Order: sequence, then structure tokens, then C-alpha cells
Amino acid sequence: MGWVNAVVQGVLLGGVYALFACGLALMFGVMRIINLAHGDVAVLGAYLVLVVLDHWNVSPFLAIVPVLPVMLIIGYVFQRAVLERSLRSGVLVPLLTTFGLSIVIQNLLLEKFSPDVRSLGGQAGSVVTASWQITSQISISAIGALTLGVAVAILGGLQLFLAKTPAGRRMRATAQDPDTAELVGIDSRAVYARATAIAVAIAAIGGLFLAVRSTFDPFAGPTQLIFAFEAVVIGGLGSLWGTLAGGIVLGVAQTIGEQINPEYSALAGHLVFLVVLASPRGGIFRLRGASA
Amino acid sequence: MTLLSLQGIEARHGLLPAVRGISLDVAEGETIALVGANGAGKTTLLRTIAGAHKPAAGRVFFAGEDITRVRAHDRVRMGIALVPEGRRLFPALTVEENLLVGAQRTRPGRWTVEAILEAFPLLKPLRDRRAATLSGGEQQATAIGRALIANPRLLLLDEVSLGLAPIAVEGVYRSLQLLIDEGSTIVLVEQDLTRARAVAKRVVCMLEGSVALEGASGELSRERITEAYFGLRRAREAGTWAG
Repeated sequence: MGWVNAVVQGVLLGGVYALFACGLALMFGVMRIINLAHGDVAVLGAYLVLVVLDHWNVSPFLAIVPVLPVMLIIGYVFQRAVLERSLRSGVLVPLLTTFGLSIVIQNLLLEKFSPDVRSLGGQAGSVVTASWQITSQISISAIGALTLGVAVAILGGLQLFLAKTPAGRRMRATAQDPDTAELVGIDSRAVYARATAIAVAIAAIGGLFLAVRSTFDPFAGPTQLIFAFEAVVIGGLGSLWGTLAGGIVLGVAQTIGEQINPEYSALAGHLVFLVVLASPRGGIFRLRGASA
Repeated sequence: MTLLSLQGIEARHGLLPAVRGISLDVAEGETIALVGANGAGKTTLLRTIAGAHKPAAGRVFFAGEDITRVRAHDRVRMGIALVPEGRRLFPALTVEENLLVGAQRTRPGRWTVEAILEAFPLLKPLRDRRAATLSGGEQQATAIGRALIANPRLLLLDEVSLGLAPIAVEGVYRSLQLLIDEGSTIVLVEQDLTRARAVAKRVVCMLEGSVALEGASGELSRERITEAYFGLRRAREAGTWAG
């Protein structure tokens, strides 16, 4: 029964990774950019929630509400002011730009908030500790179920947005061929900025769940980036639902590894990532741009 | 009334000159065919008009307004639409989605999705099919429809018959003739001289980036265009061709 529980816990853990990964997948799907600052952006979101909680005594799940529009603006401005220029200079420059941004965010957070380790779990109420006991050995934590539910809702919402709305259609067209998109009247730069804004806002939600479930500090971003990146690659680069599948596969691999030996948790995830990376198919879902 | 005016347009691909100082006026309601061999600069000129290629020198005026620095998507809003070489549809989008994408910044006019499907009946049963699964003729009809749905004042067509079966070419040109008869302003790039002369009021023959011959299609013989097309007159004048 321990193995079944490991799988259940892995699926729930996959929700966290999918949350972190879906913004990364969106940016890659639309712009072919791997945002190396994605984990740091998530941690920035967590700190902004912390700032809100310093002023208002509310649940972190409410405190994220004013943070989201701020993150949307940060993402939009970052794309228009910085990434847009670097995109014109080939594939390596955006990578270096986001790497630089990652260092800037980490040091700004260090300067402002000190290196202290924080958590928002204490302010999140009973949802952090509540669980449903299914059998004597299998339990489902409320926060795990909530995280997975939010991840599915966000991915589903993003999928609906891309498939059913004119703005989503523009985004898919631009992802497939930005030059032709311009020729049919689409402002590809504005589309890119919207995609980054959405990705940054979703990263903040990932940061919130990280802060509630666990601890964070100014340098927690790169670890989250690694797991997010692994989930994206396992799922299939640029595929949204693949991101969820990738997150779950990564989570299950880690919990099964942990079941074998607690030291094998992260290692098992990395091994699955390497196997997928080396496979000719290259991900559970094949690359289909942001439309997947 | 002059709708499009090119003044001393020069365009390059890197350091390589593709268009050399071309000046050209297109009147409203006129159909012009740009002909010339591969590498003559026709596509680059068309892309420069559409805003997809930045000119190294010269100015582009549209309806009296200098649009040299206007980006491609804004030119669509102003009324310039390009059907690019090779169709360049969005392969993962359906036919209807490809048309709707073209309608994002549409000007008011008669072209809607339904009007396009009426004008190109072969697309009617295909509206929910992904563009990647269409035949060449179906893709070309969709590409023309995607340009038309912006209700352009100036339609630019780049090699619409390239790679199509003869029957598909006939269908495409039948549709184009309807647009020409309606008084649309069209600049088309065409390799097929017979077809270009039949469709256009004026033929502009390009050679190595500049205009080698220009005139009313009825007044230019096929032989003269062919000479200009292959640069035979230039070669003869330079004494490098004895034919």
C-alpha cells in the first residue's frame, strides 16, 4: 500500500511542478524562449504576497489577488523593455538576458528581505494541515489537492483562452509564424508581451503555493526552475497539457524514489528527465506550439 | 488617383542589393504585374510595400501618406494586404481560424468569413480542417481569402500560381478576375508571362533589382518582355550577347 500512496502523493506533487512549469511552457511555446528567471519570478510573487500580508491580515490565497495585476504589468513591461530587444539578436541573447534577470531578482530580494527563510504556511489556515484519510496508508492532503486543482484549472483556462478567444488565436498564429502574423495585421510584439505577462502572473501563483506548502528565500528560484524545466521537457516542449503530465511524472518519480530511499527522491526525478531527454520522441506530448 | 507611390526604393538582403532605386506609381483600381526571372527583386519589392522588409533607401507612400516607417501590421489596418509566396498559412489553425486571424484588424467592407466561403466554394466543406491538411489550391484560396478579409485597398499577390496544379491555377485566376473586374487595386508577381499580360493592365519587368521594361500590357509584345525578362537587350548593348 506504501507504493500506492507514493503514487498518489506524486500525482499531488505533480500539481506544484505543473503550476511552475505552465508559464515556462507558455513562453517557450509562443516565443521559443526559455526563461531562466522563471523560478525567481515565482519567488518574487511569493515575496509580494508577503508584503501584502504585512499590511493586511488576510489569507495568502486572498493576498495573491492584488499581486496578480502587478505581476501582469511586470511581465508586460519586462517583455517590451528588455526581452523584445534581446529577441532580435538570436536565440542565445534572450537566454543570457533571463539569466541576468535571475541574478538581479535574487539580489534585490536579498537586499530588501534579507536571506531569512520564510513560509506562508502559518497564515494559510487549516488547509495546510487538513487531509482526507482514504485508507489506513493512503491520505490526500487538502493543500496537495488544492494545488493540483488550481494547476488543472489554470491549464484548462489557458487552453480555452488559446482555442476559443480572438486573442488566443492571435497568440497561436504568432507562435507558428510571427512574420506572417504581422502580415495579416497582428502586432506580434504586443502578443509576446501578453504571453509574458500571463506567464509571470501564473509563476506568481506557483510562488504562492511554494510559500504555503514549504519555505522560500531569495535564492529558492533556481531549484524551482529546474523542476519546472524538467516537467516541461518530460511533457513535451511547448505543450500545455504535456506540462501537467510532465509535472505528474516528475512528482511520481520523486515520491517513488523517496519510497525506495529518501535520498533518491530528487535523483529519481532527474533520471526520468534524462531518459525522456535522450529518447527520440522527446516528451510525452509532441511539440505543437502553444496550441497543444 | 495614385494609391501607391514608390520613390527610389532600394532594398538589400544583408550586403546584397535586391532592389535598386525603383520608383513606381499604382493608380486606384489598377492591376500591375511584376514579372522577372528568379532573383530579380520582385518578392523583395512586394514585401517592402507590405512592410515585411525595411528599405535601405527611398520612400513608400500609400494614399498620399508616407508609410515607409509604418510596421506591417499597421499597414494591414491602413488597407495593404499581402498573399505571400508559398501561402504561409498557419498550419495548426483551421481554415476558418486562418480567415479570422486575417480579420483581426479588418477595415469595414464586404469581405467576411461567409463572403469568402461564397467566393471560394471549395473552402466551404473545409472550414474546420487544419490548414496543414489542405491541397495546394485549397491553401492558396485560403491565403487569398485571409488577405481579402482585411478588406484591403491594395492587394499584393506573390506567385499565387507557384506549385499549383493547372486546374487549381485556373480556379485561383478565375477568382482574381472577379476581383479585378470589381475594380480592386492589385500588384501581382507572376512568372507566367501569358497569364500576367492577360490579367494586368500594366506590366513591369524587373531585372537584377531595377525596372528593365514597363508599359501597358496590350502595347508590350511577348518578345519585348522576354528580352527584358532575360536581360537580352542589356547584354546586347553591352556586347556580351550575340543573339
